[in-house]
Amino acid sequence: MNATDYHGHGHGETPSGTGESLITLTDVAFRYGPAPVLTDVELTVRRGNFTGVVGPSGSGKTTLLRLLLGTLRPVAGTIDRSPGLRVGYVPQLESVDWNFPVTVAECVLMSRSERRVPWPSRRERAELSAILERLGIGDLANRHIRALSGGQQQRMFIARALMCSPDLLLMDEPTTGVDFTSRHEMLHLLGDLNAAGTTILLTTHDLNGVAAHLPSLLALNHTVIAAGGPAEVITASVLERTFGAPMEVLQHLGLPVVLDPGPHLAPVRARRTG
Amino acid sequence: MWDLLDPYHYEFFVRGVLAATLAGALCGLVGVFIVLRGMSYIGHGLSHSIFGGFAVSSVVGANYYLGAGVWGLASALAVNAIARSKKIGADAAIGVITTASFAFGIALISIFGSRGASFDAALFGSILGIRPLDLWVLAGVSAGVVAIIVTRYRALLFTSFDPDVAGAHGVRVAATDALLMLALSISILATLNVIGVTLVAAALVIPAVVARMLTHSFAHMLVLSTAIGSVGGFVGMNLSYHLDVPSGTMIVLTDAAFFVVVLAATSVRRLPDLAVPAPVRAERRIPIS
Repeated sequence: MNATDYHGHGHGETPSGTGESLITLTDVAFRYGPAPVLTDVELTVRRGNFTGVVGPSGSGKTTLLRLLLGTLRPVAGTIDRSPGLRVGYVPQLESVDWNFPVTVAECVLMSRSERRVPWPSRRERAELSAILERLGIGDLANRHIRALSGGQQQRMFIARALMCSPDLLLMDEPTTGVDFTSRHEMLHLLGDLNAAGTTILLTTHDLNGVAAHLPSLLALNHTVIAAGGPAEVITASVLERTFGAPMEVLQHLGLPVVLDPGPHLAPVRARRTG
Repeated sequence: MWDLLDPYHYEFFVRGVLAATLAGALCGLVGVFIVLRGMSYIGHGLSHSIFGGFAVSSVVGANYYLGAGVWGLASALAVNAIARSKKIGADAAIGVITTASFAFGIALISIFGSRGASFDAALFGSILGIRPLDLWVLAGVSAGVVAIIVTRYRALLFTSFDPDVAGAHGVRVAATDALLMLALSISILATLNVIGVTLVAAALVIPAVVARMLTHSFAHMLVLSTAIGSVGGFVGMNLSYHLDVPSGTMIVLTDAAFFVVVLAATSVRRLPDLAVPAPVRAERRIPIS
């Protein structure tokens, strides 16, 4: 199995734009200070979507997630949620206090915060072990959270989000701090969750390793630059408008491949123009 | 040789030991949240500001719990208002308000003298200062705090671990924080006679820190910290009688002794989970569906 296999079967299973609308953003704007972070954002998250949000640092990706979550309110525009919508959130691994004394089971059960006693009910315990098994971390329930690998930590937070049976799973950079193989496994896992009915929206910095394999994408830079499948969004013109720098996009085995505009770029250019 | 059971013939001592054991346990329980949320300074500040209220109620002859409670609440609101205005930080606001309140209390008592309650007892705790009413208040407050922590356990844990995500998952973060502040305030108010203004912060922090060194589980930490606090209170109060040293002092020194012993023991035998950072490794394929 390699990353391209995922793309092959991932497409088509998650057709975009067909399900009922879960959240609709209309003309949404947000600012923390005088400078706007997001302006004129139009976005509909539909049931069954599996969408990646790409954009440079500071482009408003995390702010968009927070608006979708409802922990931030827009300064302009409206956000319509379908009634009774349950949203699960998976934070960035960097934002977590890894010294906090909490085991995997304790962490996963947190999201059932409405329970009025500390210990889990028999039903909760069964759900907990089923979800941990499903995510491949069934034998780690009593470990401290820091004793897990990056990929396992990420799955623990997915398990926490899944414990409240979310309609929509929001994930902030789920593949950051995770090695190549785990990233690949993560994409498969998310693809399977999506196929089983969970709507997913994630942010990512990784254009080649993650974004190119997702069924639908959103290019964000303070507003929505482009939306659609990888073929429509991972193009030289959209990426240049999104990232503010020229990027070259090649095709390889049916997938767009973005050339890193790093140290290689200058010599290549020089040879071409010279 | 000391006869260790001798003081148990005195009613005041039995009351004192019961109060100290309960106060130690209560501080140990609440202290877990204080330590994990980095709120130690708030506990320190609150106890000092309550001393201002103690002084006022002692000078005018009012009920201690009423005077100190109202005063403590007023200081907390003042800290909040000043911190909200964003002219100075919350830690600086705590420093200004609570130490000024403490100084005001000392000035009042120096000028007018205190009626009834002893100045030293309020500062360092006293074995003689515990009336039956104090024991009842302490028992009531302990029951109330345990009820808060049991019924809001997961919300308190979630907001302590990750308030942003807790909010995203529908936990009422501000209400949960307020509930914890309430639990902390009434705990300090009820334990002040036993442990003393200047030492309450240590009784809150040390058992929790010791418990943290012994476990990686939050539930275990709560139980351990409560147990360590209660043993510290019990042993400290007995030592206080035999050595004729203020009770708060001996309770905190007993807690500190636990700390030294556990620190030494856990340095020799590192906890297995955290002995080495977990390697980043490839994971097995996860079968799903």
